[in-house]
Amino acid sequence: MSDYLVQFNNISKFFGKVIALKDVTMKLRKGEIMCLLGDNGAGKSTLIKTLAGVHKPDEGEIIFEGEKIVFDSPKDALDIGIATVYQDLALVPLMSVTRNFFMGREPLKGPPFLKTFDIEKANKIAAERMGQIGIDVRDPSQAVGTMSGGERQCLAISRAIYFGAKVLVLDEPTSALGVHQASVVLKYIVKAASQGLAVILITHNVHHAYPVGNSFTVLNRGKSLGTYEKKDISREKLLSMMAGGEELDKLEVELKEMNRISS
Amino acid sequence: MSTKSKSIKSKTDFNQDERLKKVSNLKILLNRPELGALGGAILVFIFFGIVAGDTGMFSAYGILNFLDVSANLGIIAIAAAMLMIGGEFDLSIGSMIGFAGICIAIPAIYWGWPLWMSIIFAFSMAVLVGYFNGILVVRTGLPSFIVTLAMLFILRGATLALTRLITGRTQVPGLRVLIENDPIAWIFATDSFKWVFTWLGSMNLIALRTDGTPLATGIPPSVIWFIALAILTTWILMKTRYGNWIFASGGDKNGANNVGVPVGRVKISLFIGTAVAATIFATIQVLDAGSADTMRGTLKELEAIAAAVVGGCLLTGGYGSAIGAAFGAIIFGTVSMGIFYTDVDTDWFKVFLGAMMLIAVIFNNYIRRKVTESK
Repeated sequence: MSDYLVQFNNISKFFGKVIALKDVTMKLRKGEIMCLLGDNGAGKSTLIKTLAGVHKPDEGEIIFEGEKIVFDSPKDALDIGIATVYQDLALVPLMSVTRNFFMGREPLKGPPFLKTFDIEKANKIAAERMGQIGIDVRDPSQAVGTMSGGERQCLAISRAIYFGAKVLVLDEPTSALGVHQASVVLKYIVKAASQGLAVILITHNVHHAYPVGNSFTVLNRGKSLGTYEKKDISREKLLSMMAGGEELDKLEVELKEMNRISS
Repeated sequence: MSTKSKSIKSKTDFNQDERLKKVSNLKILLNRPELGALGGAILVFIFFGIVAGDTGMFSAYGILNFLDVSANLGIIAIAAAMLMIGGEFDLSIGSMIGFAGICIAIPAIYWGWPLWMSIIFAFSMAVLVGYFNGILVVRTGLPSFIVTLAMLFILRGATLALTRLITGRTQVPGLRVLIENDPIAWIFATDSFKWVFTWLGSMNLIALRTDGTPLATGIPPSVIWFIALAILTTWILMKTRYGNWIFASGGDKNGANNVGVPVGRVKISLFIGTAVAATIFATIQVLDAGSADTMRGTLKELEAIAAAVVGGCLLTGGYGSAIGAAFGAIIFGTVSMGIFYTDVDTDWFKVFLGAMMLIAVIFNNYIRRKVTESK
């Protein structure tokens, strides 16, 4: 019996002849943040969709709390507690904080067949939950469109946690944010992990990943370049691995060459 | 791990940002989608109150007259608004009105069905047409504008062709005699609160005919349906889970899908809603006129959408209100009738309709920017 909450063992995914993922392995304990790093086209999106139950892996197995499981739909993944927060956040800017928070899972009250959306309760919970992460929602009926990018990200994460996430898959949570907002979101992610969630943080930004991650998996052209504990790898090494280190080295040489000629 | 979590205990508060302004209550009210339409309706009443106050427009008979026109448009405008909030259009509403009329008249007159059975038949056909529109849009992912535009032609053509095939003409009269004693028809054909008007007449408070009965006999069925639908749909939007799903489906269908909203089912049900509303409209009119006409309802789909837009619905979905569409319909109905009481040539009505819609769209666009922009 392993102490891992969730294990993705040798996951492969093919689209026709294209190998989108090959033998990707990731293991997470409770309270751990694993950062999945990779450049554009590295297979991050395919991996996320496989974790979220959108794609079925063609090879490999997913073991959750010691049991082998197969997802037939995103709902299956959600039901056992693997929640994915996509880049678009699944938030509707024109709708209120409360209506977004409970979208698709509205609390109901009243007699059978005449059940209504319990707005008061929903408002209370939404305000409470947002308050816990330091976002003071003056009025939970205000539109999400009025919130900042960081606040929206936190709302989406907070919603996933409220609805019972044990494993949180975050797709580029900081990519569209400024420095301050990004740090707020990262703090919240660490806080969520410290409460016992396992977090898979997908990003191409090493500077955001390195401070918060416990381990790092680098993805390149559909293959995992390995998983490293934080103590075993430096920020610079990670950076050069995910960008395909040689390419940057080559570029540097070329630039030097150009400078030499022009000067 | 534990050392890290300790270091982030300091609470961050976005709203302590000094650049944030307090939002006043007035501004929240201004953000309601139906506000523009409510204001517009009040302006219209003030205008006609001044221009046509002494012409009989605001007598009991005159009021019921423009309310009836408003209510008829309102029934389909509310359904169109619900669908627009859900992120789709239905251009086949007008054709559905013609089709539903024929679905009532031909079985009742030519096939000898009882009227109530014909009415149920028409509503069943509406559910089918709505379902077909919905499933096409949801399954193919094509814009509903195109799918329902095709349905506009198909339904109108089929109505004309079938009617001429079966009856040899394009109008089917003779329904009026069937209304009496019918167990269902009264729902669409009876004036309500007649006693109020009889009493008002007896007190000489409202105009009477020469035989002593009041000129305005009761609240027309269209008005009752209109009010009931406005209340029902507003309740659905504001107070039910299904209402939240409608906003979510129109606001961001992928996002809604990802959190478990059955977007497809919501949209299909809204398409059924517009077709059924068109059939309510058709039933009321056909029973009132006593005949069905293949061209009935022509261009009504555009008026319904115009009223919904004036009522605050965004063309992109996810925002709007049913009560706003109701006010939009009241504006159009009041002006289209009120213009008869003024010296203005009635030809100008369409100009007004267009201008009103343009102003509404510009206003809505501004509101949307206000609501969605990060502050």
